[in-house]
Amino acid sequence: MLEVRFEHRWRWIPFSITRLRQARSTGTPTGDSARGARGPFSPSLHEVPGGYGPYCEAVATSARVSKGEAAIEVDALTKSFDATVALDHVSFDIAPGNVLALLGPNGAGKTTLIRILTTLLHPDSGRARVAGLDVHRDAVELRSMIGLAGQFATVDELLTGRENLELVGLLYHLPRAEYRSRAQSALERMGLTGAANAPVKTYAGGMRRRLDLAASLIGRPPVLFLDEPTTGLDPRTRNDLWTFIGQLVVEGTTVLLTTQYMEEAEHLADDIVVLDVGHVVAQGTADQLKDQLGGDVLEVRVLHPEDLARAAELVSPYGDAPVRVDVELQQLRLPVKGGAEVLLAAGRMLEDNGVGLADFGIRRPSLDDVFLALTGHDTEPRAGDDVTARRPGRRD
Amino acid sequence: MTTSRREGLVAVTDVAAQRLNTRAIELTPWLALRDVKGVTKRNLLRIVRTPQLMVISIMQPTIILLLLRYVLGGAIRVPGLNYVDFVVPGVFVQAVLIGGMTTAVALAQDLQLGMIDRFRSLPMARSAFLTARSLADLCRNVLALVFVIALALVVGFRFHSSFGACVGGVALIILFGYTFTWIYAAVGLAVKDPQTAQVAALLPMFILFFASSAIVPVATMPGWLQPFARNQPATEVIDSVRALFEGGPVVHELWQALAWSLGILVVFFAVSLRLYRRAAS
Repeated sequence: MLEVRFEHRWRWIPFSITRLRQARSTGTPTGDSARGARGPFSPSLHEVPGGYGPYCEAVATSARVSKGEAAIEVDALTKSFDATVALDHVSFDIAPGNVLALLGPNGAGKTTLIRILTTLLHPDSGRARVAGLDVHRDAVELRSMIGLAGQFATVDELLTGRENLELVGLLYHLPRAEYRSRAQSALERMGLTGAANAPVKTYAGGMRRRLDLAASLIGRPPVLFLDEPTTGLDPRTRNDLWTFIGQLVVEGTTVLLTTQYMEEAEHLADDIVVLDVGHVVAQGTADQLKDQLGGDVLEVRVLHPEDLARAAELVSPYGDAPVRVDVELQQLRLPVKGGAEVLLAAGRMLEDNGVGLADFGIRRPSLDDVFLALTGHDTEPRAGDDVTARRPGRRD
Repeated sequence: MTTSRREGLVAVTDVAAQRLNTRAIELTPWLALRDVKGVTKRNLLRIVRTPQLMVISIMQPTIILLLLRYVLGGAIRVPGLNYVDFVVPGVFVQAVLIGGMTTAVALAQDLQLGMIDRFRSLPMARSAFLTARSLADLCRNVLALVFVIALALVVGFRFHSSFGACVGGVALIILFGYTFTWIYAAVGLAVKDPQTAQVAALLPMFILFFASSAIVPVATMPGWLQPFARNQPATEVIDSVRALFEGGPVVHELWQALAWSLGILVVFFAVSLRLYRRAAS
């Protein structure tokens, strides 16, 4: 059995992209202050010989993305597979250097959208531009501007980690010396040097995912697509990846990621697009989406698990959306309007019926609440099942 | 929405915008060749690291050869030739046809596991991936053929013509095996599933090998089968190779064999490339 040692561990601390970005924008990009601000993290791409960006650093003679234009523009994209509509007139923009999360359950069309934007699939109608390049007309040029990390680690099992990265570097048309040094620094950055010369089939799931991400970064693409980057990973590895993605954003990478996890979208993304069965049901910042719910959430935690169902029944008339029941936490959540009055009335009702309460109050809605209100998926009989479906996903 | 909503992020946004305007490297024929070389190396590494597959692809023609030489061979009389000299060219051709089946399986595997998605999202030349597959399988085919030739010599097969003609015959077998790789590539990309690919790839091999002049002379077959058996590509190639190994007139069969090979190559290169471009796993 292969033993894997991590060369340097990423700090496992709560971290904020905003803070890092501010550190970067106040100091000179290569100055000590900026470097100091990134102290806890591994050496960034800027300190690697060769810099970042596709190997040919020259700026195009006429800028494809002029000031104020979007890095990714999606305009009325539509795609069907036989009778199934995967995407129905989906539109949104991503500003340069921003992170946009496509949020939605399995089958929402997230992967289809990523496949269209990475030139793997042609849309039936609509238009999409990435880095100012049309996904259909300029596909060849576009491919050198993007990186793609899939939901399923698309690395070669029989090759070693290093061989995988060097092959991808070669196919980005980097000179040999360049792709070798980039592969080495990517392995270091991902904490994979110990396993660099072992076949990928001996890697654990998280290591494989990191290698896949490293492969998508070898070309130092200005636009990165991540299809459910943390699905099926343990919280520790997921946090590592979040830290890492944040780091890339600080370096000026524009990121489009798909996720089923509200927490992930809230943590990483500037903007969130909620997709459901091929439709955009909402878009905006996490805060805007929460405001859209137009109210608060009544949260009830019962003392005795057997009271849970009865409590749900009792409070449901006070809400304007169905009650969500979390059996594990012995908790109910119910979107309400009316604040204190509702709180008092519901509290009285529970007390009169002898339901013992561990916790009771009005909270600001979470993204989960918003998602439920928007898509109405809770109407399915799934008591106790968090609708964000925290289990390994399938490709949609 | 065209500007970042967050305060104090102008520098990052500017860096991001600047990066978006970097120029892509133009894809030159030299770079396309380099892509082919890189992916061929990957495929060869995969072959070397799954020796059991290589062993099986050598064992199949070995068994066929021993079967025909020692089990069935005694009952078959071919006028004017030792049966071993008659049947061995067919076994050689069968060896490269069997070897090609792994092309279909390997491509279906790459499709299913998402490797083809990875390659198609990279700025590499579109034709490089399939070309590299065919070249790696060519190397494996040559190796398997060398082994089968050595075995044939052990069980009594002999070359009877000039050295040049024999080399020509072996070259023709290799060429035919290479062109067939492209049929298998199309099969693998069309069925998209390794298990199905394995079964699907057996079909053309079976039909072409058994309904040919490989095991028995075409003249012994029923009348309705003869036109197919006489004119199908495997027969043309086997007849040419037999003539090249035994000495004698070859020009007619040779031209037909070369025409078949070239035709298959052109048609299935185009078909495979089209399937690869549209591949959706």
